[in-house]
Amino acid sequence: MEFAELIKTPRVDNVVLHRPFYPAVEGTLCLTGHHLILSSRQDNTEELWLLHSNIDAIDKRFVGPLGTIIIKCKDFRIIQLDIPGMEECLNIASSIEALSTLDSITLMYPFFYRPMFEVIEDGWHSFLPEQEFELYSSATSEWRLSYVNKEFAVCPSYPPIVIVPKSIDDEALRKVATFRHGGRFPVLSYYHKKNGMVIMRSGQPLTGTNGRRCKEDEKLINATLRAGKRGYIIDTRSLNVAQQARAKGGGFEQEAHYPQWRRIHKSIERYHILQESLIKLVEACNDQTHNMDRWLSKLEASNWLTHIKEILTTACLAAQCIDREGASILIHGTEGTDSTLQVTSLAQIILEPRSRTIRGFEALIEREWLQAGHPFQQRCAQSAYCNSKQKWESPVFLLFLDCVWQILRQFPCSFEFNENFLIMLFEHAYASQFGTFLGNNESERCKLKLQQKTMSLWSWVNRPSELSKFTNPLFEANNLVIWPSVAPQSLQLWEGIFLRWNRSSKYLDEAYEEMVNIIEYNKELQAKVNILRRQLAELETEDEMQESP
Amino acid sequence: MEHIRTTKVEQVKLLDRFSTSNKSLTGTLYLTATHLLFIDSHQKETWILHHHIALVEKLALTTSGCPLVIQCKNFRIVHFIVPRERDCHDIYNSLLQLSKQAKYEDLYAFSYNPKQNDSERLRGWQLIDLAEEYKRMGVPNSNWQLSDANREYKICETYPRELYVPRIASKPIIVGSSKFRSKGRFPVLSYYHEHKELNAMANRAAGKGYENEDNYSNIRFQFVGIENIHVMRSSLQKLLEVNGTKGLSVSDFYSGLESSGWLRHIKAVMDAAIFLAKAITVESASVLVHCSDGWDRTSQVCSLGSLLLDSYYRTIKGFMVLIEKDWISFGHKFSERCGHLDGDPKEVSPVFTQFLECVWHLTEQFPQAFEFNEAFLLQIHEHIHSCQFGNFLGNCQKEREELKLKEKTYSLWPFLLDDQKKYLNPLYTSKSPKFTVLEPNTVSFNFKFWRNMYHQFDRTLHPRQSVFNIITNMNEQNKQLEKDIKDLESKIKQCKNKPTDGILTKELIHSVHPESPTLKTSLCFKEQTLLPVNHALRTIEGSNPADNRYSEYAEEFSKSEPGVVSLEYGVARMTC
Repeated sequence: MEFAELIKTPRVDNVVLHRPFYPAVEGTLCLTGHHLILSSRQDNTEELWLLHSNIDAIDKRFVGPLGTIIIKCKDFRIIQLDIPGMEECLNIASSIEALSTLDSITLMYPFFYRPMFEVIEDGWHSFLPEQEFELYSSATSEWRLSYVNKEFAVCPSYPPIVIVPKSIDDEALRKVATFRHGGRFPVLSYYHKKNGMVIMRSGQPLTGTNGRRCKEDEKLINATLRAGKRGYIIDTRSLNVAQQARAKGGGFEQEAHYPQWRRIHKSIERYHILQESLIKLVEACNDQTHNMDRWLSKLEASNWLTHIKEILTTACLAAQCIDREGASILIHGTEGTDSTLQVTSLAQIILEPRSRTIRGFEALIEREWLQAGHPFQQRCAQSAYCNSKQKWESPVFLLFLDCVWQILRQFPCSFEFNENFLIMLFEHAYASQFGTFLGNNESERCKLKLQQKTMSLWSWVNRPSELSKFTNPLFEANNLVIWPSVAPQSLQLWEGIFLRWNRSSKYLDEAYEEMVNIIEYNKELQAKVNILRRQLAELETEDEMQESP
Repeated sequence: MEHIRTTKVEQVKLLDRFSTSNKSLTGTLYLTATHLLFIDSHQKETWILHHHIALVEKLALTTSGCPLVIQCKNFRIVHFIVPRERDCHDIYNSLLQLSKQAKYEDLYAFSYNPKQNDSERLRGWQLIDLAEEYKRMGVPNSNWQLSDANREYKICETYPRELYVPRIASKPIIVGSSKFRSKGRFPVLSYYHEHKELNAMANRAAGKGYENEDNYSNIRFQFVGIENIHVMRSSLQKLLEVNGTKGLSVSDFYSGLESSGWLRHIKAVMDAAIFLAKAITVESASVLVHCSDGWDRTSQVCSLGSLLLDSYYRTIKGFMVLIEKDWISFGHKFSERCGHLDGDPKEVSPVFTQFLECVWHLTEQFPQAFEFNEAFLLQIHEHIHSCQFGNFLGNCQKEREELKLKEKTYSLWPFLLDDQKKYLNPLYTSKSPKFTVLEPNTVSFNFKFWRNMYHQFDRTLHPRQSVFNIITNMNEQNKQLEKDIKDLESKIKQCKNKPTDGILTKELIHSVHPESPTLKTSLCFKEQTLLPVNHALRTIEGSNPADNRYSEYAEEFSKSEPGVVSLEYGVARMTC
């Protein structure tokens, strides 16, 4: 077994664990292929089980024979292990380092995890594209399912099944794919039933410096417009960046070739700029000694909330085009796998009540992130403590979840799920026992045979016992479009994520529980009143029967 | 009234404060003796009390008319466009006169008439009784006594008549001490903490310089750097400048928040109060608090410290007592600090506002520890400036007595108590002893910008649905349901006992069936949660934030907009 070679010391006694808000625990440290486990001999202290894949970075320190390992997790938690004996400490540290940076995906925990729960519904089949399409097909016949990508040959980052205009055949799609970055030809992302307007997404057009054009591409996107209507192309890059992209063979849609479309540039940052923003933010939040000026200036310098505002504003704009202007839109940046997906998915949160339910939100993540080819494996390889600074590591998905949280805060009754649901998704995107977020696209997931070899996150989440933790007790289905405020005064630091390990949330949790109690009590009382009313009515009927012979 | 030349101007535009596209509402502006009133074409009324006006500005004439900008002490900012310059000029001049009174007797409180008779008025003033409060704290006792030294305000004009001092402090000692202290403000008891074996107290006094350590045995000194009133005034000014900017970026917001220093000051006050509370509870030490005059920073620290120590002050009534004791009776100069009269602008400072903000931060950290909610704090803030009630007029008790406020004006507290339902925290747990002493976390990241105070009238910046309103409504509904269950149960019992009494039963059933109030409540419930209860009537004071805060965004958009052209404006609106 490969893991055994990596584990130099499987077990050390008398290790002391320090965690935020818990008293120190002394116990035995064990390393397994996928977990770091600390168990004390006391009965009432819970054991620590930490997935190696959740470890972002480690530091070692020595004071005499006592070694200390500081473990920094991808969920931003920092724990400390005091290990007696220098050799043991070094062995443990190097083992953890090796086990937390395994090269091969198939060695990851999801391939070894055996669920202890009964699977009621297999999450791998919960959100099939055909079923999702049925939701639209009742409202429109202008769209069709295309299997042109069934071998992943036309676009490696697209799923086998996509939704395209009915009037465009697969042959045309193949041609358009050669004109779009990564073969990502325009596909349907969202259909607004209220007025038939749509959101499409794609990669950038490969116009290059000589202004190459593609008749099929023009035909495809024009096919989505109703007679006499205009549409908007939202480019998630600044005009400047989009122009520079031409030198590398990319580019943007020229007005002359797309006369029915108006292009809007809304710059959303990508890649390492976001990763650096996250690193700075987490660093600022972790330092309890900052005075007020320093804290505020660090928070500002991280630019995290600036990114939140950029993304939300663009999503609001997209939603406004659809719902207020009655215009269809096409969204893309460069690849169409990051900022594009942030915008298309948030626009749906704003426009579509279903995406604010638990099931609908899961479907949204499945459709707009997993199937749409957001490269989770690359983006979530490391988190805020990494030193590697790889270009592909970027908290794109976390920013999306943060934006959802901002909207949830402004519309606390319009979502079926609560904050814990979003936090759970963040954790599983970075380290998980489930296969859902492994791989960078459907093609990779197929090759890895995830459906056969791993468990889907949705199989676990969608059981009543888990769902109850993630359900928002205040939820009242709201069929309106919800327009969030994006003013700096309305945006807030997501404390549930960024201050989670830095302060006690005891009083806030208790208050939340009290709120749940009040709501539960209300339901009970209502039920009781209804029963009593029925009882009284029955008694009355009996009386009447007795009176009238 | 002599100052009013024009009472009504039509076709006035009210600009949206944050809209960069000059979105506006058109309506009619009225000027009354006490208020400025704007009624827009949807018949929505905006009332602005003259006393709330901090600044009126007439800007350069534009093609659409003459801009008139009014900044209020409750942080409302309105921007009117008056079509004719002549009218604008008249309104401007009238407001200048009306918003700055020279005499107390011209303030609203002296003409405000809530239709109460003299005994009701008197009872209102007696609602908060400080003698009663000292008794509650456990004084007088073997160590502390009531001193009559200041009965005629001879020793200290800015202290109340009744003061508690150590038993061993004879009159000569008091006189001597008062001569050594700024404005005669010698050390007196502010709060007495009685807790089993632990007896400690917070004292207050005035400084101007500090005590020489050699002369005070058993005393440890702690300097906490709370800035003076001038620093606080300009800090707030900077804060308001920043957050009033149109199209504000996140970066500018946070760097402005930082450079204003506002949250740094709030944290300093909080830290000082925590120091005081810890000294008393952990070290069982008594604490003497002073600044230079002992009526600004000292009041902040003593009152906030007491609030941390004693859960009574976290109730609605207790909070009123706390304000009466540490702020009103000990001579916080409300009239000067709030600029009630046309006086020295350098005396104006948001010292009390900072206290309220510290309390708000505590309510955020301890959501179940306070009987009152945020609306209560906002309402009190409203009335320290409104001059509608007598409580905050004048600068010390002596002055208030001279003004005969108890005969000529009304006390705010009974009115707030009557409205108590609006100010209750639905999550409050009074039983739990764990909240005896609050130990707030003052790591910087705990301090947030208080949007509901500084943007209370900018409704588009706030959450569109309020958890607080829903839980409050639900709590009330639960009470009603409990009552209904009792009624139903007794009716069922009755029905079973008297099986032949059909007529009565029928009546009973109808009384709880379709038209029953419970059912109505539950049917309306959803609507109420989305469109929070509109507390009518109080708008006349231009004062109820709840009316303005949580509105439906959809309404904003329901007006149809011109097609494609408006898109960029739409974006602008969303970004601001």
